[in-house]
Amino acid sequence: MSSWKGSGLSVLAFIPILFLLEAVVFAESKNFEDVRCKCICPPYRNMTGHIFKRNVSQKDCNCLHVVEPMPVPGHDVEAYCLLCECKYEERSSNTIKVTIIIYLCVVGALLVYMLFLLLLDPLIRKRDRYTQRLQDQEEEAEVATPSTLMDVSGSTMLERVEGAQQRWKKQVQEQRKTVFDRHKMLS
Amino acid sequence: MESEQLYSRGYSRTGYSSYNSITSASSDEELLDGAGTTMDFHTTEDDNLLDGDAASSPGSNYVMSNGGASSSTHLLDFLEEPIPGVGTYDDFHTIDWVREKCKDRERHRKINSKKKESAWEFSKSLYDAWSGWLVVTLTGLASGALAGLIDIAADWLNDLKEGVCLSAMWFNHEQCCWTSNETTFAERDKCPQWKSWAELILGQAEGPGSYIMNYFMYIYWALSFAFLAVCLVKVFAPYACGSGIPEIKTILSGFIIRGYLGKWTLLIKTITLVLAVASGLSLGKEGPLVHVACCCGNIFSYLFPKYSKNEAKKREVLSAASAAGVSVAFGAPIGGVLFSLEEVSYYFPLKTLWRSFFAALVAAFVLRSINPFGNSRLVLFYVEYHTPWYLFELLPFILLGVFGGLWGAFFIRANIAWCRRRKSTRFGKYPVLEVILVAAITAVVAFPNPYTRQNTSELIKELFTDCGPLESSQLCQYRSQMNGSKTFTETPNRPAGPGVYAAMWQLCLALIFKIIITIFTFGLKVPSGLFIPSMAIGAIAGRIVGIAMEQLAYYHHDWFLFKEWCEVGADCITPGLYAMVGAAACLGGVTRMTVSLVVIVFELTGGLEYIVPLMAAVMTSKWVGDAFGREGIYESHIRLNGYPFLDAKEEFTHTTLAREVMRPRRSDPPLAVLTQDDLSVAELQAVINETSYNGFPVIVSKESQRLVGFALRRDITIAVENARRKQEGIVLTSRVYFTQHAPTLPADSPRPLKLRSILDMSPFTVTDHTPMEIVVDIFRKLGLRQCLVTHNGRLLGIITKKDILRHMAQMANQDPESIMFN
Repeated sequence: MSSWKGSGLSVLAFIPILFLLEAVVFAESKNFEDVRCKCICPPYRNMTGHIFKRNVSQKDCNCLHVVEPMPVPGHDVEAYCLLCECKYEERSSNTIKVTIIIYLCVVGALLVYMLFLLLLDPLIRKRDRYTQRLQDQEEEAEVATPSTLMDVSGSTMLERVEGAQQRWKKQVQEQRKTVFDRHKMLS
Repeated sequence: MESEQLYSRGYSRTGYSSYNSITSASSDEELLDGAGTTMDFHTTEDDNLLDGDAASSPGSNYVMSNGGASSSTHLLDFLEEPIPGVGTYDDFHTIDWVREKCKDRERHRKINSKKKESAWEFSKSLYDAWSGWLVVTLTGLASGALAGLIDIAADWLNDLKEGVCLSAMWFNHEQCCWTSNETTFAERDKCPQWKSWAELILGQAEGPGSYIMNYFMYIYWALSFAFLAVCLVKVFAPYACGSGIPEIKTILSGFIIRGYLGKWTLLIKTITLVLAVASGLSLGKEGPLVHVACCCGNIFSYLFPKYSKNEAKKREVLSAASAAGVSVAFGAPIGGVLFSLEEVSYYFPLKTLWRSFFAALVAAFVLRSINPFGNSRLVLFYVEYHTPWYLFELLPFILLGVFGGLWGAFFIRANIAWCRRRKSTRFGKYPVLEVILVAAITAVVAFPNPYTRQNTSELIKELFTDCGPLESSQLCQYRSQMNGSKTFTETPNRPAGPGVYAAMWQLCLALIFKIIITIFTFGLKVPSGLFIPSMAIGAIAGRIVGIAMEQLAYYHHDWFLFKEWCEVGADCITPGLYAMVGAAACLGGVTRMTVSLVVIVFELTGGLEYIVPLMAAVMTSKWVGDAFGREGIYESHIRLNGYPFLDAKEEFTHTTLAREVMRPRRSDPPLAVLTQDDLSVAELQAVINETSYNGFPVIVSKESQRLVGFALRRDITIAVENARRKQEGIVLTSRVYFTQHAPTLPADSPRPLKLRSILDMSPFTVTDHTPMEIVVDIFRKLGLRQCLVTHNGRLLGIITKKDILRHMAQMANQDPESIMFN
């Protein structure tokens, strides 16, 4: 369990970072193109409906400021503008950009890792299997540690990562058996 | 009396005089053992030994009402330091709420007593007091941020099926045309920056060639998203599939599923949820968002020892997290809290209510500031109407409620039958193929119909939106509007134009398609929620009914009903409102929620005047649905999977007694028990290895069968292992004892092993004549894991949660073996 926590903390950092990124992006995102005043004017007399969009401040967001080439003569403007509906809208294009990029990066990384696990990893393991088996036998002979207590006494960082990865793989294997093979859960 | 003799002989060994204790027997003991036979007199003695214990440990006010003696729990044993690992649970095991709550109170007491010692301790106690609010704040922040990510990415990926924004790849269709002035009134989403795949590949936007090209690309993207989603789920986190709400309900009721709320599940669920929604499958993101929020809650609770070490406290955080999940899914903070209370949570004290509310608020605030849809709302299908409704309209609303109930009952039956098939036959062996197949069928059938081709949320938005002069969709092509007459705003009830009739046909086809495909989609091995498809089905049906009513009112405006209310020129029927009521009714029929559903829907619309129609429809749908089967879809899935979930809503009305339910049955071998001071380590290990029980009652001796306490298998294993590694002189022949003082042993015997610290000395007991109604109530209300059955103070057997569930299944004429796990 303690090892789980150790590796869990590193991933815990992921969510705050994500949130911070979004917050930073949001703060600096008052882009020129990110506000609009959109006026929808329905068909009037024998004119078709029109949509007008302009980049104005919120207090100027009304028909008189936004509908630029006024399609009706002066005395009709009031009647025409009564029908139009203007809405002030904001967005943050940077948030969208960063979110999509983060998302694609994560998907890409997962995809690469998945391909690695499915294609390359078995090849590497096969080559190492013989030496691994020898090592395993030696280790088993030396210490018969109880299986319930997961000792993380890997001397180097690499070994520790390797150990964590192996444990994780075993867990996923177990989950896969539960869900896909035995259909004990989530069916 | 032979037994008496045996008894006192057994006791003389311990070196205590049995006369002292009789004199000091407390009066309530005698009250309890009313009959006061000779044997009972003797037995007060060992109770008294326990009493002595309790007195020696300060601050023990944890008194069991039916234990007879005021025994302290093992946690109060300060003399020994705790063994690491004791008090935790194995995978797929049930937690003991009583024990966990008691543990938390003890921890709290410890911190409180140390508080005044130093500034450091004081700040620690402050931190401890605040950690509950901190953890829900963090959970709210994280779930809001993740919901924003999911919303934005899903919208973009969904539009990727149709085309791409050339000026900025990361914009979806609507954002792409954000500033474009080329959009027209009729075709609002067309702009030169957005290119469909046919335009890019073939260079032409119109014609059969481009249609086929678009069709092909749509299917291609849908299939690749679905394939990627199911592959990621299968390789990295199989627990990420499904909606997650049945499992979360089970977890909150006190079940351990390791890894279900872990970081990999969170990552994969977030990523694949976007892919699954974008693949066009008939599923929604709302249910999985609850799972995502719960993962956040679980992960953050690891930062705070108060929550990470206590399973009961952790579940309080998870309750708050699920509220935050619904809050961001529907933009309904109060609805989220009520959802957590009504549907998900098992144990929901007031403190959790406030924390849930706070978490929901924080999450909604974060999502609002991300503003994923660019409309300053939390959901795509937020609508605002202010048109009134009339009393006679309650009739169609109730009819929609009946439809919702029927659909719910039908869906639950069909989906459960299909899932059972998947679970039990060979067909379940090909999850990837199944996902691909369903995605392919969905894409092929959905593309030709514009109402199924678009994103389901957008479809719901279009159906909810009322036809005003500003709308240009096909649904709003009424004849008078096409005349261009000036007064069309004043005559809202208009004859339908050809566009509306065409839309009716398409909506009917879409309804049939959605009904069929949703049955096969829910339960696929990708993240899949049920709210959105159910709402879409209800909204389609509601809109059809609404338009039918509207036309009825137009053509028969001289009917009594319409004459009374629909004056000439008044806006009388709002088809959008019917769509909304229909959506609520269908969702109510499937999930059997009532209060939270109404609140969620009115938070969606921001109008309080529609509460009565919504309530009428939702209540009707619940009644109709309950007539065909009492369980909602989540309870049905819990039963299908055999999770040990003791539903607090169900009533137990049978007249069985505890002795009929307890183990061992008459034909079974006797109960596996441990004696308090005459077992050796080897014997103890033999008992553990030969049986598969999760706990063992500890008795005074085989002859008397007097109960001392209860020890869990996991705790015994860990404690023995720990002792053999750390303590010297513990060998297989060492004596194991659960008493306060070591038994007198021959001089040459090895050092004895004391296991008192792992013994639960306040196990719940009932007598063998207790009605099962009461036992079930105790289990439900206290969240017990097991309960011991005694007769005249002698241990007879044990009832576990699983036994109760099996018994209930048996009483309901179901297969008791369907209850799995422990």
